[in-house]
Amino acid sequence: MAKRIDVSGLNVYYGDFLAVEDVSMTIEPRAVTAFIGSSGCGKSTFLRTLNRMHEVAPNARVDGKVMLDDLDIYAPEVDPVAVRREIGMVFQQPNPFPTMSIYDNVIAGSKLNNQRMSKSNADDIVERALRDANLWDEVKDRLAKPGSGLSGGQQQRLCIARAVAVQPEVLLMDEPCSALDPISTLAIEDLIASLKENYTICIVTHNMQQAARVSDQTAFFNLAGTGQPGRLIEMGETNKIFTKPDKKETENYITGRFG
Amino acid sequence: MTTTTNKPSTGAPGDGPDIADRSLLTGSLPRYFAPALLAGVAAVVAGLLFVSGSFGLPLFAIGTVVAYTVLITLASARVENGRKAKDRLVTTVVYTCFGLAMVPLLSLLWTVLSMGIERLDGYFLSVSMSGVTPTMDAGGVYHAIVGTIAITLFASLISIPIGLMTAIYLVEYGRGRLKKAITFFVDVMTGIPSIVAGLFVVALWMMFFGPGNTNGAAGAVALSVLMIPVVVRSSEEMLQLVPTQLREASYALGVPKWLTIVKVVLPTAIAGITTGIMLAIARVIGETAPLVLTAGSSAVAINWDLFNGQMMSLPVFIYSQVRMGDAINYERAWAAALTLILIVMLLFFVARLVSRFFAPKLGR
Ligand SMILES: Nc1ncnc2c1ncn2[C@@H]1O[C@H](COP(=O)(O)OP(=O)(O)O)[C@@H](O)[C@H]1O
Ligand SMILES: [Mg+2]
Repeated sequence: MAKRIDVSGLNVYYGDFLAVEDVSMTIEPRAVTAFIGSSGCGKSTFLRTLNRMHEVAPNARVDGKVMLDDLDIYAPEVDPVAVRREIGMVFQQPNPFPTMSIYDNVIAGSKLNNQRMSKSNADDIVERALRDANLWDEVKDRLAKPGSGLSGGQQQRLCIARAVAVQPEVLLMDEPCSALDPISTLAIEDLIASLKENYTICIVTHNMQQAARVSDQTAFFNLAGTGQPGRLIEMGETNKIFTKPDKKETENYITGRFG
Repeated sequence: MTTTTNKPSTGAPGDGPDIADRSLLTGSLPRYFAPALLAGVAAVVAGLLFVSGSFGLPLFAIGTVVAYTVLITLASARVENGRKAKDRLVTTVVYTCFGLAMVPLLSLLWTVLSMGIERLDGYFLSVSMSGVTPTMDAGGVYHAIVGTIAITLFASLISIPIGLMTAIYLVEYGRGRLKKAITFFVDVMTGIPSIVAGLFVVALWMMFFGPGNTNGAAGAVALSVLMIPVVVRSSEEMLQLVPTQLREASYALGVPKWLTIVKVVLPTAIAGITTGIMLAIARVIGETAPLVLTAGSSAVAINWDLFNGQMMSLPVFIYSQVRMGDAINYERAWAAALTLILIVMLLFFVARLVSRFFAPKLGR
């Protein structure tokens, strides 16, 4: 498990609007890469190009290259649905399926794809995914209850369990903690730290302390100006970005002297 | 800027907070005042009307409501404040309007029940009008029930798939011109008068099967013309209520779009869709004009065959009985009307069960 992502010369469009311009970066396997930057600079947009979720929006398109190990995921013969099975995603708002129980939510990836599996096999997958997501002890006695009955933090961990249950290579997280309280946030940060042993993880966050705590690499995005596309300003070891960044812009953002 | 207060600290220091506190207070009428006033007003109005010898229920109701509205507003303005007085006034007006809206409904239900109950029995429900001369004290609506059920069922069978799939297209796939065009035509279809739908189907059948060959199926097709736009509209609204995040959650798990629609979007919306479909059925089950033109108004025998011969239905039965005009015909018409209302109520009951069964479960 865990693959490297290599992005080169990526431009991301919504119709005619260029949202993110010319991004090249390498995302290391078994490590956490944080994307930071002000609102609207295209962090979510960029993140969603990594598992081809971007094209779900009307008229959205991309040019450039995204390599998953040695497969270009934007090659014409690649099926976006298959890409999304390899690269899981966790969203800002916890979004468990309201019609499903906790159990069914965890195995939703196979269930919705009509994959048959034995009861014991499913039980194993559910338990492993929930343990991976640090949620097993809290829900093991109510697996048949609906997922929407859990607290926000538990729902978000359920969504993480759902994402890891399909055993992806990469896990993308778009501000997974921004709707959560500090305790749940801590639980998720611990979870990220333990998941990085097996996955490549990208996390968008608005919280600089969080980026500093959980990530190994940090990428800083910024807008050249209003109406301008977002760009990758600088990327490197988290330590370095937060202590002595190469660019003045990065330093301004990190130290809060922005604009 | 200090954290304590932003009030200018002029004048006597002891006065400031005291005045501010008092300005927050306002008198309030005791809880029992409104009901007591209503009862009092009702008693006085009734008394006055009796004394003047002109007691009548409508007059009593109007007098009471008007007097009560004026008095409660005045009392509130005097004891409470202007905003509360307005609140009391508007509250009374809203309740009155609700009451007015309920009058025709309750009166209709009561009329149908009291007129229809007499003749509505097992016999009436289980026999047809076959061999019954118009004035004979016999006969029933079994054939009309059969027709109504068969025609409505067939109409639903046509309309639900077409309507639902159109709604799915509009919400999940439709873009640009085609989507706009379909939305426009669905709107136009909603406005088609039912008799025109009937006429259209008569012409259609004439073209394919020759004159005079209309049957139950023709009636069902005419009803689908009326039903499809209702199904499209209500399903479309329900599908739009399904959050985009759920669709994205499913895509992100590597689930293709069509499976996402079938297994995430539809189940999430199914309760609302069911209700919408039931409303659509209720809308067409009482249609008369198109059925008179298509399924016919003279059938007296039981006919389960949609594709052969005329078919009676409950609304048409009511229509043709009333046209005959004897006392016995009116009795049959009222009993049939009651039957129709009961069938619709049964439908809604079933719809509630179905949507409760499908609805997202919260706790078990
Ligand atoms: N679905 C969309 N259609 C058109 N423009 C969009 C859409 N989503 C985002 N954008 C635009 O793309 C830019 C980047 O947005 P986003 O990726 O959400 O920023 P961030 O996540 O960094 O706050 C913004 O200018 C935003 O207005
Ligand atoms: Mg964002």
